[in-house]
Amino acid sequence: MAREITQKRKIVNTLVAWTIGFLIFFPILWTVLTSFKTEAQAISDPPVFLFFDWTLENYAIVQERSDYARFLWNSVIIAVGSTVLGTIISVPAAWSMAFVPSKKTKDILLWMLSTKMLPAVGVLYPIYLIFIELGLLDTKVGLVAVMTLINLPIIVWMLYTYFREIPGEILEAARMDGATLRDEIIHVLTPMAIPGIASTVLLNIILAWNEAFWTLNLTAAKAAPLTAFIASYSSPEGLFYAKLSAASTMAIAPILILGWFSQKQLVRGLTFGAVK
Amino acid sequence: MGQIQLNQVTKSFGNVNVIPPLDLTIEDGEFCVFVGPSGCGKSTLLRLIAGLEDVTSGTISIDDNDATEIPPAKRGLAMVFQSYALYPHMSVKKNIAFPLRMAKMDQAEQERRIEAAAKALNLTDYLDRRPGQLSGGQRQRVAIGRAIVREPSAFLFDEPLSNLDAALRVGMRLEISELHERLKTTMIYVTHDQVEAMTMADKIVVLRAGVIEQVGSPLELYHRPQNTFVAGFIGSPKMNLIEGKEAAKHKAHTIGIRPEHITVSAKRVKGAWPGVVGVSEHLGSDTIFHVHDTGLADVITVRSDGEVSYRHGDRIYLVPRMDVLHKFDANGQRIA
Amino acid sequence: MATQHSRSAARLMMAPAVILLLGWMLVPLIMTLYFSFKKYLPLRGGDLGWVGFDNYARFVSSSSFWPSVQATLLIVGGVLLITLVLGVLLALLLDQPMWGQGVVRILFIAPFFIMPTVSALVWKNMFMDPVNGLFAHLWKAFGAQPVEWLSEASLPSIILIISWRWLPFATLILLTAIQSLDSEQLEAAEMDGASPLARFGHIILPHLSRAITVVLLIQTIFLLSVFAEIFVTTQGSFGTRTLTYLIYQRVLESQNVGLGSAGGVFAIILANIVAIFLMRIVGKNLDA
Repeated sequence: MAREITQKRKIVNTLVAWTIGFLIFFPILWTVLTSFKTEAQAISDPPVFLFFDWTLENYAIVQERSDYARFLWNSVIIAVGSTVLGTIISVPAAWSMAFVPSKKTKDILLWMLSTKMLPAVGVLYPIYLIFIELGLLDTKVGLVAVMTLINLPIIVWMLYTYFREIPGEILEAARMDGATLRDEIIHVLTPMAIPGIASTVLLNIILAWNEAFWTLNLTAAKAAPLTAFIASYSSPEGLFYAKLSAASTMAIAPILILGWFSQKQLVRGLTFGAVK
Repeated sequence: MGQIQLNQVTKSFGNVNVIPPLDLTIEDGEFCVFVGPSGCGKSTLLRLIAGLEDVTSGTISIDDNDATEIPPAKRGLAMVFQSYALYPHMSVKKNIAFPLRMAKMDQAEQERRIEAAAKALNLTDYLDRRPGQLSGGQRQRVAIGRAIVREPSAFLFDEPLSNLDAALRVGMRLEISELHERLKTTMIYVTHDQVEAMTMADKIVVLRAGVIEQVGSPLELYHRPQNTFVAGFIGSPKMNLIEGKEAAKHKAHTIGIRPEHITVSAKRVKGAWPGVVGVSEHLGSDTIFHVHDTGLADVITVRSDGEVSYRHGDRIYLVPRMDVLHKFDANGQRIA
Repeated sequence: MATQHSRSAARLMMAPAVILLLGWMLVPLIMTLYFSFKKYLPLRGGDLGWVGFDNYARFVSSSSFWPSVQATLLIVGGVLLITLVLGVLLALLLDQPMWGQGVVRILFIAPFFIMPTVSALVWKNMFMDPVNGLFAHLWKAFGAQPVEWLSEASLPSIILIISWRWLPFATLILLTAIQSLDSEQLEAAEMDGASPLARFGHIILPHLSRAITVVLLIQTIFLLSVFAEIFVTTQGSFGTRTLTYLIYQRVLESQNVGLGSAGGVFAIILANIVAIFLMRIVGKNLDA
């Protein structure tokens, strides 16, 4: 009896959840579908859902016209570069905070997080001036630097929460076993924290990839990443749904896959370990 | 060699003084157990010896060399941690090899030592496994293996058996004792379990609030506890401590009598203490009676032969063996 | 685990991160403060001298200030309300036994990975366009007049676009929290005669309180500086000019750096008020 009710409820749950999931996912699905239509089909009335002549020409055109590859390359350099740099700076800092905590550790961590909350727009002009002064405007180096600084607090925090789960006794054992500080971090801490480091890296690549304030305001032609590439499609005259969709699909596909891969860690990381 | 000497060692965390000035010598080859209730500073003391904590003042010397400022790895000591602290990403073999690798020992010698350790600890079949695939007892043996390959001048054990279940604990206790017999290396062992202390130690150091209450062999501590704390801590069931009129009769503030030094009688005997039987614990070989209404203390614990049988509420008489009575003064110190 | 040696090593290893962030925080902050007390028009004469609190007064008294504060609050409040209410409901749903939970989770989380510029463009053109958008088709199918979403209902449209991106985040955090609830607690409550609603109110909701606060505060931080969604869709027109966007326009479009900097100081103060609350809560969780 009880089991039968459960079974029925399970069916209802499944149906409701899948329906809502489909609705939430629909804009993405629709974009991907439209990217395979011709421009005429993309705006046909009534809209066509699946039964159209699938074509890849939009992708070819987008690549050809907008030099998609260059924007993609910029995005990859900026996202990966800033994340790698940030991680290299953060691992030692997080080690210190997790394993040699002092009374000030908590304050330092909270302060680091608070820098994340400075509204970017409030300091846009000074950064702009500094960039002009240093010749960093519209350069990948400049954007990597800004992204590193923006994401540094998050990387430190995430690594800190992961490191704290590693028992200090293991590092002490390594010390007793004759490991130097360098050995300790390279041979013991880092391999043990690989899952945590991996999800930190993934999350930060995603955040840097999607960051749209600094990338839009500090780049022009040379160093512009995909956020700017897509934003250029917002002018009405350049608007073709199928091509827009193809461009959008190309901009989001890499990160969507990466995101799905790391979704569990991502949620935990973003709550700074406050929700497990 | 492995003689360890603590000289006026103190340790404070901020304003909290955990260990007041303390002197202690552990002789080469000795099995020395630090025992005491939790928070007594025994683990801190071990970590000071290991070098994982700095002493606030005083010196620690190992084989007559001042080791106070030497980092942990260079002290020639090996440590087995409570949580075993195995490296989860390395195989058993790599775990055991780690200290040798850090010492940049040559490959052939590494192999030889690992093989010998694995054989001694019955780990030969598990060398390629990860720690996560091992049972608690096996992990414990890997931790010991990692310590012995270094051939240290002393082993430090920090409550190594507390994560094992009761049956395994007895087995590992014997294995560690066996190991000590074989290696004849100094071992310092921290535990809160007085049974472990009694069964394993050559020398027991009883600690309370960072202060050494007594140092001695297990039987010395059992037969001649220097104060009421040691009297109550060593021995199971606990020694009965009696104050008041009965103690005054013996010109003491407190008298102590161990449960096994009291016999039970159903009939009134001269000098016997009357009482009422409460809960009795039948262990088979022995029976432990908790006796109430004696007018001496809340409960008097008595250990008697397993054959003796009284029921809850029975009126009985307790006959103490006066020749093994312990007497303490008002400060809890032993009298004569 | 702390010996003198390891403590000094720790300080050394923390230094690069601390110094970099300190510079990143202080240098622009001081420059913004400096500019906010100046009449500074880079394209029309540059530095025209000190003006005291003039810029602050002008920024606050300008006709766009209060509407921008209002728009900011409406957007932040609206998105928070939608994501939290729907988030709790969806999290409860996802916690139920069902087939293909993993796949559903993937569908749910997807919007969070979408670039804000992409999501804004897709919504603007392919859904909200009054001629070719899907909504227009849908409205026509029911015989209704298509809505000019981004001008007639601009704020709700922006809120919808932003909520779509943040709902998955809220849902997944709340789901994680619900899953950490000890099922024996719920069974005990059931044995004690609590109805499903009572179980939700007395056990699940209190258990979620920490997660809800975390969602609330993290989202607030990000939402206060929402930029791309507005930049790509309305460019701040039709009542969607938030404080962030207003400052952006002052600085980059009208090239009035002094005025914009004064606005920036306001935005920093606003963010710090929120930040103090967040710090308190995160700080507490650090101890736990």
